[in-house]
This record gives sequence, C-alpha cells and structure tokens, in this order.
Amino acid sequence: MSTLFPLRVRGAGTRRRGKQLVGPINMTWDGGGTRVVLGPNGSGKTTLLRLLHGIARLHDGEVIWASGTKAAQNAQAFVFQRPVMLRRSVVENLMYPLRLRSVSTGQARQKAEDWAVKVGLADHIDRSAPVLSGGEQQKLAIARALIGEPELVFLDEPTASLDGRATREIEAILNDAVASGTRVIIATHDMGQARRLAKDVVFLLHGRVHEESPADTFFDAPQTPEARAFLNGDIVE
Amino acid sequence: MVDLWQGLSQAFWLVVTLDAELAEIALRSLQVTFTALALGCLIAMPLAALLAVRRFRWRRTVIAVLNALMGLPPVVVGLVVYVLLSRSGPLGVLGLLFTPTAMIIAQMIVIVPLMASIAHQSLRDLWAEYHDLLISMNVTQSQKIKTLLWDARRALLTAALAGFGRGIGEVGAIMIVGGNIDHVTRVLTTAIALETGKGEFALALALGFVLIALTILVNLLIHWLGQTEREGRW
Repeated sequence: MSTLFPLRVRGAGTRRRGKQLVGPINMTWDGGGTRVVLGPNGSGKTTLLRLLHGIARLHDGEVIWASGTKAAQNAQAFVFQRPVMLRRSVVENLMYPLRLRSVSTGQARQKAEDWAVKVGLADHIDRSAPVLSGGEQQKLAIARALIGEPELVFLDEPTASLDGRATREIEAILNDAVASGTRVIIATHDMGQARRLAKDVVFLLHGRVHEESPADTFFDAPQTPEARAFLNGDIVE
Repeated sequence: MVDLWQGLSQAFWLVVTLDAELAEIALRSLQVTFTALALGCLIAMPLAALLAVRRFRWRRTVIAVLNALMGLPPVVVGLVVYVLLSRSGPLGVLGLLFTPTAMIIAQMIVIVPLMASIAHQSLRDLWAEYHDLLISMNVTQSQKIKTLLWDARRALLTAALAGFGRGIGEVGAIMIVGGNIDHVTRVLTTAIALETGKGEFALALALGFVLIALTILVNLLIHWLGQTEREGRW
C-alpha cells in the first residue's frame, strides 16, 4: 500500500544566481508504474527530479507527498546519471543503505549477495566498485537504490553513456522492480527507452511541463507542436 | 666525512649489540610519538571530516587558520605548554612538567593541525564526490563523517604518517617540556641535541641514523598494514 501518492506539485521552481532553472511546475501523479520525464538536453529534467526528491532547493511553490516530506525522502532512492561509487567493494556498496538502517551485518550481506546475483554482479562481489565498467557501475547503483525496497526510485538518464546490451540489462532490472510494485520516475532523452518503459510521460521544455499524458496518447497524438517536433526528431530549442 | 663514517659504524654497532640505553631511548621516542599520534588522530580526523561536511559561518577562516598552524613553531608550542604546566601555571597542580605526558601534549599540539589540514584536503575531495549520493540517502551528519573517514582511510594514513614524521623528528617543544632527563624524558632527538652539544658528533650521528631507520621502518610497516599501493585500493 503506497503512502507516498498522490504527489502534487504546485508552482514548484528553482533558480540559480537569479536565473530560473525550472518552473513553475504543476503536476499530479497517482504513482502508477513508470513515469518518464522526456525533453531535450538542458530542458530541466535532472533539476526536476532533484526538486521532487528534495536534493535541490525549492525556491517557489511546493512539492506535496501524501506521506509528508520527511517520510517521503526515506521511501525514495535516487540513481544519478554518473553513478557515484563508494570506495568499497561491490558487496559493501550494496550493504551500505541497509547498514544505515541498522540491518545486521549478516542479514545485510546475505541480501547484498542476493542482489549481486540478481543484477549479474555475482562474479564481482569482492571487487572494488570504482574499478567496474560503466555498465556494471550503473547496475550496481540501481541495485543499491533498490535494495532498501523504496516505494519510488528516481533515475536520471541511467543509460545515457551505455551500449545496447547494458541498457537492456538495466531496463530488465527496472521492469522487475516495477513488477514488484516499485514506482519509477526516469529522466531520459532516449525516445526508444521512453517508449519501452513509460506508462505516462511528462514532456519538459525550458524548465516547464509542456505536456503530461499517458504514454500511448503522448507518442500517438502529442498535443503540443514542441512535443510533435521532438517526437519527429527535430531540434527543439 | 670521518665523523659520518664513524657515525654509521657506531650506529651499526649500537643496533647490533642491542645497546640498552639506545633501546630505552628509541622505545621512549616511539611510545611518546605513537601516543601523541593516536590521540592526535582522534582529534584531527573527525575535525577534518566535520570541516568537510559542515557549512558554518567562519568555516573558511577556521580552515585558513588550521592551514597556517601547520607551520606552528615547536619551540613556541613548548614554551606555551611549559607555562601552562609549570608549578605556577594553571595546570601546574597536575605535576606533568618534565614527564613523557607533557611531551605527548606538546607533540599533539604540533601534529594535530598538520594532520587535520592534510586529512581535510582528501576528505573535501571525497565529500564533493559523495555529496549528492549521501544527501539523497538521508544520511545523518555523524553517518556522513563515519562514511568519509572509512572510505578515505588510506588517504588518511598519509596524513597520519606526516604527523608521525613531524612528531618523531620533533625536538624543540619536547626539549622544553620534557627537559631531556636521563631515563625519564630523553628521546632520540633530544639525545642527538645533547650529544652534539657535547661535541660527540659520531654518537649524535649514530643516533640520527637510528632515528631515520626507525622512521622508515615504521612508515613501511604502516604502508604494509594499510595495504596501500595495491590495485583497486585507495
């Protein structure tokens, strides 16, 4: 049973040195499946995700989680575009979020090993995480985010610099997570990935929501000329 | 040149014959420095981590002062500790002057800013790397500090070794607060100063070579224990 949703965003925005980066954003989400935030580079996808998760400062408006902000943050996880690896082994990276929650070392290790198998890192369990390949690091980052069983995971272009095989593996992990009830908000400008994963789409341009609709509607009959141009592969500025 | 060779050969014989006085002085040197180092690490490392993760009003000033204190003149430290511990001083009742404890206090004051500054550099870089991840995980302040200290442990070893090097080679401060008393507060560096004053250059050099050998040995041992310079480690 979800405690986070519905999510209501009312006039949310953030600035840096007086320049509006994102906002005002208005949207609601009942938290079903995977929501894809689409948009060209610099449209504010990353900043929007950070705002929602609470790691970017909210200058205007409000982000309202049904459970309240503090509880919401504890029920979420974030995967960055460039995975941040703790200078520890693979298994210790996986154990880290569990140890923060005072899970015993034995239980944490067991669960970490299970997850390493699940994401195909069983052979690397005692290797130092920062020496893994880009794809392996991203899989580890996603596993580390999911191991604490969050209700919602934010992923910021998790496959941006990965090849097709690594992308497919990561999407499989995400599909499994969604199937087991985890909600996902993923920022991407990869149209193919958006089509494969999205249940609904938020199209962002110049820091504002241009369109928010179910995936089928968005891809088949986009409402705005900018979204149409973006889907046609035109350069949208 | 003759003194140099005499010093080398005398050092060799002092070590080979396990000279009792040399052993006593060397052990005291290690005891004082390791104690100062251990206590200093307990202050310097958390302080460095706190300065890396915590934002407060005078943070930059504190860091600048800490960096400046790396060049703290040991003689001045010795003098201040002497005044504090002397019979008429505020801590005179403790009776610590001219004891190894006083030498440990003086060494700690000398090495803490050095270790904290070096450690802060490493921890600041690591914090820049970890910042977003740890914030996104809702990690508490103390958990951040523990994480940084653990993950930067090999870099912190360098800071500790720098502190050890400064401590074991320290003479000015410990001479003042220890008094270089035979069988009580005499350590390698104060013994070298004494022998040089007496014109016993060969013996002074011999003690100097022993000090250098000891320093290298301890550094190698710590590197070996810390498993640095191995693939995939930090």
